[in-house]
Amino acid sequence: MKGSEPPFLLNQHVGERRVNRRSLLVAATAATTVPLFGRTGFAQQAQITGAGATFPNPVYQKWAEAARPAINVSLNYQSVGSGAGQAQIRNRTVDFGASDAPMSAEQLQQNELMQFPTVMGSLVAIVNLPNVADNQMKLTGEVLADIYLGKITKWNDPRLVELNRDLNLPNLAIAPVYRADGSGTTYVWVSYLSKVSPEFKQKVGVGTSVRWPAGTGARGNEGVAGTVRNTRGAIGYVENAYALQNNLVSTRIRNKAGNFVRPTPESFSSAAENADWSVPHFAADLIDTQGADSWPIVSPTFILLPMNPQDPERSRNVMRFFDWAFQNGDDIARQLEYIPIPDKVADAVRQAWTQQIKSGGQPVWTASR
Amino acid sequence: MSQATATAVEALPASTRRAAGSAGDRVFEALCRGAGVFVLLLLGAIIVELFIGGWQAFRTFGFGFVTSLEWDPVQEVFGAGVPVYGTILTAVLAIILAVPVAFGVAFFLTELAPEWMRRPVGTAVELLAAVPSIIYGMWGFFVVVPVMARHIQPAIIDTVGELPVIGWLFEGPPFGTGLFTAALILAIMILPFIAATMRDVFEQVPPVFKESAYGLGATRWEVMRGVVLPYTRTSVVGGIMLGLGRALGETMAVTFVIGNANRIATSLFGPGNTIASLVALEFGESQLGSLKLSALLALGFILFVISFIVLAISRWLLRPRLKG
Repeated sequence: MKGSEPPFLLNQHVGERRVNRRSLLVAATAATTVPLFGRTGFAQQAQITGAGATFPNPVYQKWAEAARPAINVSLNYQSVGSGAGQAQIRNRTVDFGASDAPMSAEQLQQNELMQFPTVMGSLVAIVNLPNVADNQMKLTGEVLADIYLGKITKWNDPRLVELNRDLNLPNLAIAPVYRADGSGTTYVWVSYLSKVSPEFKQKVGVGTSVRWPAGTGARGNEGVAGTVRNTRGAIGYVENAYALQNNLVSTRIRNKAGNFVRPTPESFSSAAENADWSVPHFAADLIDTQGADSWPIVSPTFILLPMNPQDPERSRNVMRFFDWAFQNGDDIARQLEYIPIPDKVADAVRQAWTQQIKSGGQPVWTASR
Repeated sequence: MSQATATAVEALPASTRRAAGSAGDRVFEALCRGAGVFVLLLLGAIIVELFIGGWQAFRTFGFGFVTSLEWDPVQEVFGAGVPVYGTILTAVLAIILAVPVAFGVAFFLTELAPEWMRRPVGTAVELLAAVPSIIYGMWGFFVVVPVMARHIQPAIIDTVGELPVIGWLFEGPPFGTGLFTAALILAIMILPFIAATMRDVFEQVPPVFKESAYGLGATRWEVMRGVVLPYTRTSVVGGIMLGLGRALGETMAVTFVIGNANRIATSLFGPGNTIASLVALEFGESQLGSLKLSALLALGFILFVISFIVLAISRWLLRPRLKG
């Protein structure tokens, strides 16, 4: 065991804190090199700045790298957390804000912001049980909610045995592990549990951090994964990308159609296709969607853009950047285990840009540029 | 801290009086006085700022904020009871674990160790104090926690946990994390502070006292108990309080291993939280102007008050030695 742990430490590529550190480095490098470049011949390169959610940070950084030569727009994105991102765009200290949880309609109106999705991510449940391999265990949302409520406390509980007749479940205490730091990941996870369990909704509710009736907390995705690894009988939740890259044991979960689905790109895309994107402000609910193959815990992440930009040129460049990403960034997103948004949604976003973001009464974004 | 500054400021006029009239001395005096006053102002400003920031929480929940066990960000009900309990419990446990070892280290270094060993071992102890707390946190999470989860906690839960009277202190699932693990890491972190203070004060005992006792036929332990400890008692307690102050405010190392649950656990192996750890975890996602942010600042204020009291007591007890 001792031998296997140090690589685990080194191999985290998508863990939020690690990413934070990397993004800091990127930001620092950008801050020091870009002005230099500006003086030595890259003067036309347009600068845009953004701040917010940590979850989409890896894909935004990769997009920024690829878009720089393609459309001559240089993005400086700081992953400071959704809450801080919302605060920064409210004060207009950045060109765009990024948030995992959608802003409410009133808040958007009050702050004169428009919001659109960029990519989606998914959560998986991970377990540490003897003789249980990846995607073997079957769980339902109701059972997960009762585990996190502290009502199901043993792995050989009749309800778990009922779902997993083929597994020999031990008489072992269940140790639920949750994110101790406020995070969008927790927001999505409790949104799911609240949607499938009225009791969970009433007793715990939805937020970036909640009052957990049972279990132990760990810091960041890597903290949850590490605690689950260390504790026999533990169960936790992490982003799918994180589970894949660290070879964690995920479970199947029963979706709304009643099928036990595996966490695969197909099941994530199915959830995206089946969601209703025509809701105001694109605040689509991708939790527990219809569809035979849909993975039940999928969530989009959002960009917040001022409707009356102070500097229309910079705002236009933000839109050029994301337009480029919608057209050319799907492969990069998939490589990093994100789910690109469907093309029809991207088209609707472009339409919303034209309609909502105006400077002096004229739309800032025109399809022809 | 403030007392030391105050003494420095008072001492200045006395030493500069002789050279009054020289412009350089007046500038020097003003600069030094300014530096002293600046620290005091800074300290005051931090306290006031924390109190103003936490005012919304204090006003909403009243004095009950300090004792309330509720921490529900969804319902916006906040109370400091659980983190205050966790902070004090882990710090006191850490002291209980660290003091005997620190005493042993200091005793060994001043009385038993051969001359050539004293410097390297003393330096090693002081170097322990220089290790950043995040390193202790990661070491705790990746090394100590698995060992606790697999070997130590199951063994204790199955044996001591079954005993009738004290069993409840050691029950529950062996997560490896929890109040006890946090206290253990804290104990290792504060050990060098306490050991260094103890060594320094033990060395200040006039040799003639000890030699007299040895001359009367006292053993080493009798000399320690009958001469050295009574002579240095207040300073030793002051050193322990210094360690306590550090244990109270420690953040990163604790966050990794305490389990981060806002519930009161009766078992020492149960998860808990400390003020510093809770503030660090929740700060990032707190909205500007929200009640939650105010509650976190109020927690900071409470921690400041607790630390201030502990450090003030430690300074007061150490005063005779500091003056000498």
